[in-house]
Order: sequence, then C-alpha cells, then structure tokens
Amino acid sequence: MTEALLTLSGVHTHIGRYHILHGVDFDVPRGRTTMLLGRNGAGKTTTLRTIMGLWPASQGSIHFDGARIDKAATPDIATSGVAYVPETMAIFSDLTVKENLVLAARAGAPDERRLEWMFGFFPALRKFWLSRAGTLSGGQKQMLSIARAIVEERKLLLIDEPTKGLAPAIVSALIECLKEIARSGATILLVEQNFRVAQDVGDLVHVMDSGRIVHSGAMADLAADDSLQKRLLGLSLDSHQ
Amino acid sequence: MSAIDTGAALPQQKTDYIPVLLPIALALLAFPLVGSFSTWTTLTLAGLAMGMMIFAMASGLTLVFGLMDVMNFGHGAFVAVGAYVAVVAFAPMGALMQSPSLAANLMALIPAMLLAMIVTGVAGYVFERLLVRPVYGQHLKQILITMGGLIVIEQLLYATFGPQLNPLPLPAALRGSIPLGAAAIEKYRLLAVVVGLIVFLALQFTLTRTKLGLLIRAGVENGEMVEALGYRIRRLFIGVFMAGSALAGLGGLMWALYREQAHASIGGEMMVTTFIVIIIGGLGSVGGCFIGSILLALLANYAGFLAPKVALISNIALMVAVLLWRPRGLYPVTSR
Repeated sequence: MTEALLTLSGVHTHIGRYHILHGVDFDVPRGRTTMLLGRNGAGKTTTLRTIMGLWPASQGSIHFDGARIDKAATPDIATSGVAYVPETMAIFSDLTVKENLVLAARAGAPDERRLEWMFGFFPALRKFWLSRAGTLSGGQKQMLSIARAIVEERKLLLIDEPTKGLAPAIVSALIECLKEIARSGATILLVEQNFRVAQDVGDLVHVMDSGRIVHSGAMADLAADDSLQKRLLGLSLDSHQ
Repeated sequence: MSAIDTGAALPQQKTDYIPVLLPIALALLAFPLVGSFSTWTTLTLAGLAMGMMIFAMASGLTLVFGLMDVMNFGHGAFVAVGAYVAVVAFAPMGALMQSPSLAANLMALIPAMLLAMIVTGVAGYVFERLLVRPVYGQHLKQILITMGGLIVIEQLLYATFGPQLNPLPLPAALRGSIPLGAAAIEKYRLLAVVVGLIVFLALQFTLTRTKLGLLIRAGVENGEMVEALGYRIRRLFIGVFMAGSALAGLGGLMWALYREQAHASIGGEMMVTTFIVIIIGGLGSVGGCFIGSILLALLANYAGFLAPKVALISNIALMVAVLLWRPRGLYPVTSR
C-alpha cells in the first residue's frame, strides 16, 4: 500500500448551525489520483474546503505530509504544498492570464520549462497570455484555474468538479490533461460528478453520502460493479457513457 | 496527449475611454458658458487642484472598501489628524516656511508630508486593530463603530488643540499667483496638482506593475482565493488600511494648507465628498476615484461661478447622473 500523503480522521465540519461533515475518514495515497464521488449535497466540496482550511473542522484531525493541518490557516496549508482548484474556478478576471500565473508562482517568476510543459496541453493560455482572464471562455478559464494550481510543483492538488458546465469535447481533452498531470507524479484528490471522468482518471475512489464516507476502494472495481454504482451513486455507468 | 486549444478569437477587450473623456467634455462644455478664457482657465486649474486633493483623501477609502469590504466612516479622522500634524510640524520650522526660497519651503513641506503620512498610517494601524477588526463582514456595525471612532478622534483633537481654528499660513514662496496670460494661477494649486498626480501615478504603478499591486487587485476580487494561493490577506488588509490612512493624512495636510487653517471638523466635513467620489468612480477603483474627484471638483467650480445656488447640489446631482448612467460607477471593480 502506498504511503498516505493526506489522512482525514473523524472530521466534522459545521457551517453556521448546519452540521455538514459527520466524521469523515479517508486517506489519499502519494502519487495517485483519488476520486471523491457522491450525490449533490453529499459534502464533497465541504471536504475539500475543510482540508484547505477555508471552513475549519470542528472535530477530528487532518494530517498532510506528516503534519497536522486542521488548525492551520489557509495560507499555511497552501505554502505547505496544497493547491486548490475550486468549483467556481475563482480566476482573477481583472488580471491577465500571465498575472494570474505570476501570483500563483510564489517562489518568483513562473519557471519557463514548467510553463512550456503546461502550454503543451493548455495552448490557449500561451495564445491569450496577455489577455484579461475575464474575457476567456468557460473552458479556458478552467484551464487557467488548473494551470494556476500546477504552475509550481505542489505535493497535493485538490480539484473540485473541473468538468462542470464544459462541452463534451473539452471534457475529453481535459481528461487527457488530468492524466498527464497525474503522470508527472502529482497526487490528486478530485471531486467529480461525471462518472466517465472519474473512471478514466481515478486510481482510487471514496464515495460520500450525507457527510460520511460510505465506500472506499479501487476505481476500477467500482466502475466494473454496476449494482454498486446504483446503490452508492444512484447511477448506471451505461447511462453516462 | 491531447491538448485543449479552445483558441477561438476572444471578444475584443475594449478600453473604456468614455469616463476619461468626461472631465474634458465638462471643461469644454463650460467654456462657452463661462465666456472669458482667463476665468475659465482659472476655474479649470482650481478645479483640477481641488480634485487632486480630494483624490488624495479618497483614494485610500476606495482601496479599503474594495479590498476589505469595510465601510470606514472614520476615514475623515485621518484627514483631520493630517491637518493637525501640519500645525505641529510647521511650528518649529517657521524660518523655512517664511523663506522666499521655494527650496527652503519644500524642506519644511516634504518632511511634514512624510510625518503626516507616518502618523496617520500608524493611527490607521491602531484604528484597524481596535475598531475595524472585530466587525469585519458586519456593515452596520462598521458604520456605527467607525463613525464613533471619527467622533472620538475629533474630540481628542479638540481636547488637545482647543476648539479654535488653527491658522496654517502657506509657505511664502507658494503664496500668490502666477500670471498665465490674462488668467492667474495660484502657486499652491499647482503644487496640489503635482502632488495629486504623483499619488495617482504611484498608486497606478503599484497596482499594475508590482506583485503587491496584483495581490491587492486579486484580493479586491476574491480574497479567499488569494489566501488559498498562500498569501496572508489579513496582512495585506492592514497594509492597505495603513496606506489608505496615510494618504488621507497627506490629503488632510494639503487641504488644511489650501484653506490655511486646521480644525478637527475638517475630516468629517470631507467625508460626504469622499464617499460621493468613490461611489462615482466605482467602489475599489483608483482610476475611477481619480476621474470622479476631478469631475466633482470641476463641476463644483463651474457651478459655483455660473449658478452659486446650483453648486450646493452639484455633488449630489453628479452622483445621481453617473449612477443613472452606470449604476456601479464609472469603473466598477468589485461585485459588491
């Protein structure tokens, strides 16, 4: 078993008076792509935001790369090596593509070789390097949002529904991009509603329901078990292909 | 590997020059109404100078609101503190101030400006820690507590310096006017234009050419994401609050010298004007604040000359007109 880079143990999260996470436990092994699946409202986004410190855990512990981070501030979690791509993309639309990436590169100017590597699968970013990010299309904004997370090497990428609202052709290409990022050795925790994407890029899977993990295992096993999919996710793989 | 190239041409990003042209259009419109070229020149330059001073006072407020979402009604307190720093700082420098040499005057004026900015910057730090920090995200409480802060600081100034007007004579070399054809341009107003332009250019340079500026602009748009990238937005908040307070202090010193007197109520009196300016400009927009300041000052000057009673409502009328045209101001930045 690969060593866990991230471990959540009994994590509870409250947002105001709402109790969203009810004791979430799972590991994210180093160098693998782990999917976090579940129906709408299961608590997937809350889990990512709790890991990132944006909504603090009220109970339980989160360990990342050997250090406990559940009480740490968001900037400290980010500088320890966690990159976050939110569901909303949250690009800075008033800034150019270049400026978005300059901000994301904390160590200084973005590394030229890494930029070239990124431009290999996100060529539109080179093309619109000096354009305001707010003028990009939805797909291009998603590219920029992911590029911001990988412009420097990070230990863990938290990516929240990157294919949401994108055209099928863009989704297919994005799957290849995520695979390329995974091949570079990145550890990814990916929230996804699109089962085809999950099946294509995921090594492992955790399924959430009502703020709890209800299934953990290999992605291939879940993809091969139609009845398990129906029970856990209320879907049939066939209907999503 | 498949590459995502959704490289269809982007919609052309149009630079919005219309707000920039507004002050020019206003000046040209006023010219035939004023009639005399010399009077028009005097009014226009006086308006520009007044606009620059208002900009210095308001620019910090727009940044604080844009980045921190804080309605700081105490901003005027730093204007008043800046004015009183001038009173204190100039007292031992009477010889330099009274010298007919511009260089000697500037040797008194520049350190006083820096001192005003330092004192108000530090005051801003204390204000943010004590009053603003406990009420982040609570607009009603922000308004109440910062108004309270303004009143407390005003009363402290009264208690320290007395209720009387404190005379603040202009440096000798900056008194009087420079003839420009048939028009006369007050020397101090020229200095105000220079200082205002320096502040504007420095702010623009910082915001557009430095990483700190990128962080501020990004923070105005999405502070949470700036934190998720590893930057401490709280520190940025404090820095911007201090800078905003320091600029208010500089504006207060310039405004007090313009009026040749300092009084604790000077800040409170300017609050309505500064709020109008940042609303006209678009909350959080330095460029909009700059244009709004000039527009407001030019309109006030022309209206004051052509129809003094109209001048009483010119600020509000301008705000209403701009907001009817562009409800989020000339250059909207934040979605708030």
